Amino acid sequence: MNTPTAVAAPSAQASATASAPDAARRKSSPAQSMLVTGNQAVAWGARLARPQVCPVYPITPQTPVLEQLTEFQADGEFDAEIITPESEHSVMSACIPASLAGVRVFTATASQGLLLMHELLHYASGARAPIVMANINRTVASPWAFWPDQTDSLAQRDTGWIQLYVESAQEALDSVIQCFRVAETVLVPAMINLDAFYVSHAMEAVDIPASADVDAYLPPFAPPHKLDTAKVESWGNVVSQEMFYRHRQAIEESMARVPQLLAEADRAWRERFGRGWGVVERYRCDGASAVVVTMGSMCGTARDAVDAMRADGHAVGLVKLRLFRPLPAEALRAALAGVRDAIVLDRNHSPGLGGILHQELKSALYGMAGAPRVHGLLAGVGGVNVPPRKIVEFVQAARERDPQPESVWVR
Amino acid sequence: MIKIDVPQEAMLCSGHAACPGCIAALSVRHILATMGPDTMAVIPPSCMAIIAGPQPMSSLKIPVYQPTLESSAAAASGLRRALDAQGKRDTQVLVLAGDGGTYDIGFQCLSSAAERNEDFLYICLDNEGYMNTGAQKSSSTPHFARTGSTPAGKTTRKKNLAEIMAAHGVPYVATASASHLKDLIAKVEKAKSIRGTRILTVLIPCLDGWGVPDDMGLTAARYAVESGAFPLFEIEDGTRYTLNVAQKTRPVSDYLALQRRYRGMAAQDVATLQGEIDAAWAKLVARSNEGRHEAIAVG
Repeated sequence: MNTPTAVAAPSAQASATASAPDAARRKSSPAQSMLVTGNQAVAWGARLARPQVCPVYPITPQTPVLEQLTEFQADGEFDAEIITPESEHSVMSACIPASLAGVRVFTATASQGLLLMHELLHYASGARAPIVMANINRTVASPWAFWPDQTDSLAQRDTGWIQLYVESAQEALDSVIQCFRVAETVLVPAMINLDAFYVSHAMEAVDIPASADVDAYLPPFAPPHKLDTAKVESWGNVVSQEMFYRHRQAIEESMARVPQLLAEADRAWRERFGRGWGVVERYRCDGASAVVVTMGSMCGTARDAVDAMRADGHAVGLVKLRLFRPLPAEALRAALAGVRDAIVLDRNHSPGLGGILHQELKSALYGMAGAPRVHGLLAGVGGVNVPPRKIVEFVQAARERDPQPESVWVR
Repeated sequence: MIKIDVPQEAMLCSGHAACPGCIAALSVRHILATMGPDTMAVIPPSCMAIIAGPQPMSSLKIPVYQPTLESSAAAASGLRRALDAQGKRDTQVLVLAGDGGTYDIGFQCLSSAAERNEDFLYICLDNEGYMNTGAQKSSSTPHFARTGSTPAGKTTRKKNLAEIMAAHGVPYVATASASHLKDLIAKVEKAKSIRGTRILTVLIPCLDGWGVPDDMGLTAARYAVESGAFPLFEIEDGTRYTLNVAQKTRPVSDYLALQRRYRGMAAQDVATLQGEIDAAWAKLVARSNEGRHEAIAVG
C-alpha cells in the first residue's frame, strides 16, 4: 500500500491558525433588550455566534428558528451559507463535512427530525465535528402529537453529543454561544434542548448581547485538523480494532472535560454579561431535606412549587440539571449531599425503563454514602400540564413513602 | 493498438486495494488525473471506499471525506458550501459513489442537491449492483441479470438515472465508459469547467460480480457501449442531447455472452432485452436529432 497522505484522526488540541471569516463581512449589532420567543432567542444566539454554514429543515415547533435565520440573512445581518435539503438526515449529513472543512456550523430541529438524524448524530461525534444544534423537545410519534416531551433528545443520549436543557429564552440564547465555545474546545458536538411551546414559543424580554462582546467571548473556530487540499488529510475510512478503541477513549476523555469547561464558559459569560446558568443549579437547597430534580421548562414550575413549600415552612429545594451529557455525576452528588429525598420529575418515557433522568440520577448516586432516596415520577409525559400545586402534592406524597425501583406515573 | 495521450499525474497511487483488473480503479485513475490536486473527494461506503484504503493510509492524493452510504450528495453540499464560505470556490468537490449509493439509498439527497443545483461533480461508478457486499441487485441492475438477490434473473429493468437527473434541469448529465477513454476524459474535463450539479455515470464492469474474466473488463465495457446496452450520451441543461457513439454495432447477445450473470438466458428473454435496448436507443437518437434541428434553426 502506497501511503501518499497522512490521515490523522482529529484530536482536541488547540491550534493557532484560525480560519476567521472575512472581517469585512462581519456585521456588528448593539446590545439590546427585546421581547422574543425561545426560538427567536436561539436564532439570535446563532446569529451572534457567526456560523458559516447552516443546513436546516423545517419542523414544528422549530420552524421559527429557520425563518428567523433566513430573515436575518435576507436583511444582510447573517452571512452563513444556508442549505435547505430535503430532510433532517441530509441536514446533518451536510453539517459534518462542513464542520470538518473548518467552518462553524449551526442547525436546529425537533422530534422526528432529530430521530431521523440519529445515524448522523453518531457520525458527527465520531468525526469530532463540533456542530451546535438546537432541538425543540416535542413528543415522538406515533401517535402524532406536538407537545413538550424530552424523549426525542434523551433517546440520543448515547450518540456522543453534549446535551443541555434550558428553561428560558434567555438561557437558550446564552447556551447556543456557550456551547460553541465548549464544543469547539473539545471537538464534540453539542445540542441545546428547549421544551416545545413552553420555551420555544413563549415570549419574554431577552437581553441580546452586543456582537462585539460575543466576538470577544467566542474566538473563531480553528480546528487542529481539517479537510483542505493544501494540507491533505482525510476522514472516515476503515480503522483497526485498536484504532477504534483508542478513538472512543479519546471521545470519552474529551467528554470528561465538559463539565469543567462548561462551568468555566459560564463563569466567563457571567463576568462579561452579568448572568450565568451553571452546570447544575441548586435553587433554595440550603438545609433542604427534599429536593426536586428536573430539566428544562419544568424547572420554572418547580421553582414556584419550592417557593410555596418554603413559604409553608417545608425545607424543599430544586436541583436543575442543565448539563445532561456528559452527566455531571460529581456535581449531582455534591448538590444532593445531605438530602433525604430526591424527587425526579421526568417529562419523557423510556418503555420498560420509565423515566430516563430517574435512572440516570440513580446511577450517578450509586454507592454514595448517605445518598438520598430517589423517587422517580413520570410527570408531564406527552406534554401533560404539571402546575406548581401538583408538584407540591408529588413531593408530599413521595416523602411519605419508600422509593420504588420503578418510575411512578403521576398526574 | 492506438496510443492515447491522457493526463498522467498519478492522483490514484499504485498499491491501492482494488481487485486485479478492476475497471473502477482504471476509470478513477483517469478521472482524478483530469480533476487535478485542487479537488476533494466524497466517497461513501462502496468498492471505491475500499480502494481508497484503510486508515491511516490513502491511495488518493487528495482529501477524502467518507460519508454514510445514503448521504453523499448532502455531504458534498455541506463541503461545497464550507469551501465557498472560505472563499475556496475553485476547489472542486467530487463524489465517487457506487450505484447502490446513488440509484437506491442515496437517491433522495441526490435529487435534492440537484434541485438546489449544488456545485459539485457527482460520479456514479455504476457496476450495476451491490458488488462490495457480494453482488446483490440494485435498481441499476439490468433486466434478466442474476445477482445474489435475483438468482433467477432480475424481473425489472435498470432505472434510467441519467434521464431522471436531467429532468432536474441540471447543467450537465452524461454517461461514460473507460472503454472509450478519450470520451470519458473529455466529459470529466467538460464537467469540471461547469458550475452547478454535474452528474456522470461511468459503467464499471465488475469482474467478480458480473462473472467476467480478469482481462475482459474493458471488452465488456466496450461491448456494452457498442451494443447500446450502455449508450454514451450527454444531456445539457436537461434538454440538449448528444449521442457520443452514434452507431449501435453489435447485438446485445455479444455483450451477454461475456458475462456469467446472464448465463442460461432463454432466447425469448434475449429477444425481449434486445427489444428494450432498441426502443431506448431509438428514443435517444430522436432526442439527439431534435437538439440538432433546434441548433440548426437557431444557428
